[in-house]
Amino acid sequence: MNIAVCVKQTPDTAATVTVENGKVTWGDAPLVLNPWDEFAVEQALRTKEAHGGKVTAVSLGPEGAREALKQALAMGCDEAILIHDPSLAEADTLVASAVLAAALRRLESIDLAYFGRQAVDTDSGVTAAQVARRLGWPSLTLVAAVVAVDPQGRTIDVERMLEEGRQQVRAPLPAVVSVVKEIGEPRYPSFMGIRKASKAEIPIWSAADLGLSAPAPAVSWPAVLAPPRVDTQCEMITGDTPAHIAWRLVDRLLEEKVL
Amino acid sequence: MAEKVLVYIDHHQGEVVGASWEALSAAQQVAGAFSGGVTALIVGDGVRALAEQAIAHGAVDAVVRESVDLKEFRAEPYSDVVSAVLKDTGAQVFVLPTTGRTRELAAMVAIDLETGVTTEAIALEVEGEAVVATRPIYAGKLLAREVCRQRRPQIITVRTRAFPRPAPDPSRTGKIDAAAASPWPSATTVLGYRASEAGVSLTDASVIVSGGRGVSNNGRLTPPPEITDEKQQEIWRAQQGFELIRQLAATLGAAVGASRAAVDAGYIPYAHQVGQTGKVVSPDLYIACGISGAIQHLAGMRTSKTIVAINRDPEAPIFKVARFGIVGDLYDILPALTQAFREKLGK
Amino acid sequence: MDFRLSEEHQMVQKMVRDFAQKEVAPIIKEWDRKQEMAPHILPRMAELGILGVCLPVSDGGQGFDYLSLGLVCEELEAVDTTLRVVMSVHMGLNSMALLQWGTDEQRRRFLVPQARGEKIAAFGLTEPGVGSDVAHLTSSARRDGEDYVLNGEKTWISLATKAHHVLWFARTDPEAADPHDGISAFILETDRPGVTRGDIHGKLGVRAGSTGWIHCQDVRVPASHRLGEEGEGFRIAMSCLDNGRYTVAAGATGLIRACLEASIRYARERHAFGRPIAGFQLIQQKIAVMVQSYEAARLLYLRAGAMKNAGLRNTRETSLAKWFATEASFAAASEAIQIHGAYGYSDEYDVERYLRNARGAMIYEGTSEIHQLMQAGYALGTRTDAALRCELPAYDPVRWRG
Repeated sequence: MNIAVCVKQTPDTAATVTVENGKVTWGDAPLVLNPWDEFAVEQALRTKEAHGGKVTAVSLGPEGAREALKQALAMGCDEAILIHDPSLAEADTLVASAVLAAALRRLESIDLAYFGRQAVDTDSGVTAAQVARRLGWPSLTLVAAVVAVDPQGRTIDVERMLEEGRQQVRAPLPAVVSVVKEIGEPRYPSFMGIRKASKAEIPIWSAADLGLSAPAPAVSWPAVLAPPRVDTQCEMITGDTPAHIAWRLVDRLLEEKVL
Repeated sequence: MAEKVLVYIDHHQGEVVGASWEALSAAQQVAGAFSGGVTALIVGDGVRALAEQAIAHGAVDAVVRESVDLKEFRAEPYSDVVSAVLKDTGAQVFVLPTTGRTRELAAMVAIDLETGVTTEAIALEVEGEAVVATRPIYAGKLLAREVCRQRRPQIITVRTRAFPRPAPDPSRTGKIDAAAASPWPSATTVLGYRASEAGVSLTDASVIVSGGRGVSNNGRLTPPPEITDEKQQEIWRAQQGFELIRQLAATLGAAVGASRAAVDAGYIPYAHQVGQTGKVVSPDLYIACGISGAIQHLAGMRTSKTIVAINRDPEAPIFKVARFGIVGDLYDILPALTQAFREKLGK
Repeated sequence: MDFRLSEEHQMVQKMVRDFAQKEVAPIIKEWDRKQEMAPHILPRMAELGILGVCLPVSDGGQGFDYLSLGLVCEELEAVDTTLRVVMSVHMGLNSMALLQWGTDEQRRRFLVPQARGEKIAAFGLTEPGVGSDVAHLTSSARRDGEDYVLNGEKTWISLATKAHHVLWFARTDPEAADPHDGISAFILETDRPGVTRGDIHGKLGVRAGSTGWIHCQDVRVPASHRLGEEGEGFRIAMSCLDNGRYTVAAGATGLIRACLEASIRYARERHAFGRPIAGFQLIQQKIAVMVQSYEAARLLYLRAGAMKNAGLRNTRETSLAKWFATEASFAAASEAIQIHGAYGYSDEYDVERYLRNARGAMIYEGTSEIHQLMQAGYALGTRTDAALRCELPAYDPVRWRG
């Protein structure tokens, strides 16, 4: 099977992010493989282990995103591709999905494209579905378990984590799958993986290589700000009966949009 | 006929998903800058009644597109139908609630119409012809203002409970443009549903209800006669208290936490311990019951967005960090809270 | 001079850190209280390849360099000293000795399974009556035909009851004019008849580890199990310590870091006199000293590791690194307890365990006093390092990775 996994490099979730001069900064905190994408890499590797084939990790990002790809290689991916181009620096999901869809087409005969459910910086959670739409492939989002893959019959069965419970779905291949935490704990890179990763040559594809010329984003970000600080003056909730008190608290919580 | 601002009414098994009404009021906030009102868009099978509900909740009118093939939500055919409607109506703004379904829908429609999509907006403003959405980024550590200046429609999903839910007025009327849809069949088949496993992980939970030493403090409770050992009686009482905590947690879809004191006393296993030497959590809401608020515990939950403290002792340190406090007996307050939440959240 | 770690080193560091934090940190207190080694530790370290990290792939190892060994030890001890002790005896004292002194056959038979973690290795030098005064050890090895017959007792042996192979030092020539020249080294399999062993409890620290004694009563080993030549045992033992000490130095550096991180966390949280105690200068001083200790210890062990990579003799540098880091880690742990106040005195927090663990490292692998004598000897010109018949091979990525 020919499996792809799309990954992004993001700041570490433990980092303190602040706004400085209108831009987001995380100080010296390291940049890492997007934690949700680690789950995607793990599932991609499991599918390869079950059915054979190879896993290619793909990332759209700056030059430094190479490190995130090396992490994916060290976990066990066979190849990695970095898509890097100055014209893609301000990419929104409209552009990113076009780029990734083009890359998946260029990779040829991909059976499955795995994504993490969202990137921990932008938190939009739409890129996987958008890539699927562009490719005309089924979109399977919020996948908590890959129940079965039939490479000959060309189907995949998954369980999706919806508000109403776990939905069981079958789709034809090729398909786009984005995964949630329940998919299973990501493995550590092995030493052998680390050796291979450090030697690996990661080719860089430009926008031109993908047949795209300066795609324009639709969304822009005029400002980034820190959330307003809430002053903790404890508001004591009182009432004549426990029921009164309880209702008052519930009302206040809903008023303050806590829940 | 339809307005330039549309709202998508999400539904599941014949029932409207309540957050759709919040999306409606969000849409109304910005509609003033366009033609004034909001059109509700409902897609499915046998969903005309939902259109009437939408008008009752404040939509000026409604567009309904139905087909027996649309009975079960599937992203691809629903997107086909929605994209066609948005194109036909020349929509300027399209607002949706945020659910697993609508995220996919909004994503795909944005591709069809080559426009931008913004998810989880918590506030909307209008600047000229553009809607500027404020949304959380970096897991809510920061906020971003996002705008889709040129392309249309601007597609925005709004975060649950960030916008008010209007009360319905059944006397309201409006036109319903209902028509049949003939979508391409989806390649995916839904095979069934399975109930989710119980139990929310402490570190992932957005709501946590926690118990401390005070949980065993109820002289009114009489342990069964076969428990004669004082320590075991105390543990039995604590377990009754934790049962009340569990019930509140279940109502809120919350995880159950505990202070070190409760764990050490044997009331609840270590896996539930929150604190410097237990788990560090950062939920949206942390309800501390019978917890004094020692620094070791605070270190584990201090970054919670909102802390509610319930304690018999008005001087307990926990009140210094809590947003809301109740001086009272958790044995009385917890059942009352569980009841109040059940009714208010419609569970 | 580029003091930055390569991408590869950073990946190794992160992998071991993640393993230790996720799989050992949550349970270590429980096992420390029980005074036993958690059963999953050795198998997991074997499975992940940690037990063979800096051995050539052709010897069953993972092909990383000696710097990686140091980084691994720093990460392991930042969670608990007992994890690093495994590396000290299995890798530093035993496996690297086989790499340095072993014949091809000995490497094939013993080093390869050790590198793969299929066999666990330990180091048997210390005896009930002999610690620093190695030259006067009393265990004997009498030549008898094609075998040696071993008799004697070793104590304070880490992994005594877990090890399959022990590097055993015994006197082969009681008549030697200089007792240093009468000692030989042997590869002893612990399942040979006549070998008995047991655990030692009641240690102040490293309680989640395995420390014990091993006794040989007329144990026969073939002559092919002798490591190096007859009479080379003392020199071999000293060269083993160059590697064992390196892991101790790196580990103690990790311990200083653990004390520092715990202290910073607590100082930010704890309030007194109306503010976090991190705002008080005497607390700040303690933290500053810990930073200084950490950075200095780290540079010292990394230098020793770089010299090993280059195939340079590093007895002096390793001794210096070990002496400095171990003393500094004990001081750091003590101050960490002070910063935690009464809570530091309780095992609710980790710092009291750090102190108990740190204390042992000032005694084993050369007491601090021995190291001071060595350093003075080097400085005053009374001590020089003679060339060895076999040196630790320099790191060569091509040869190591096949």
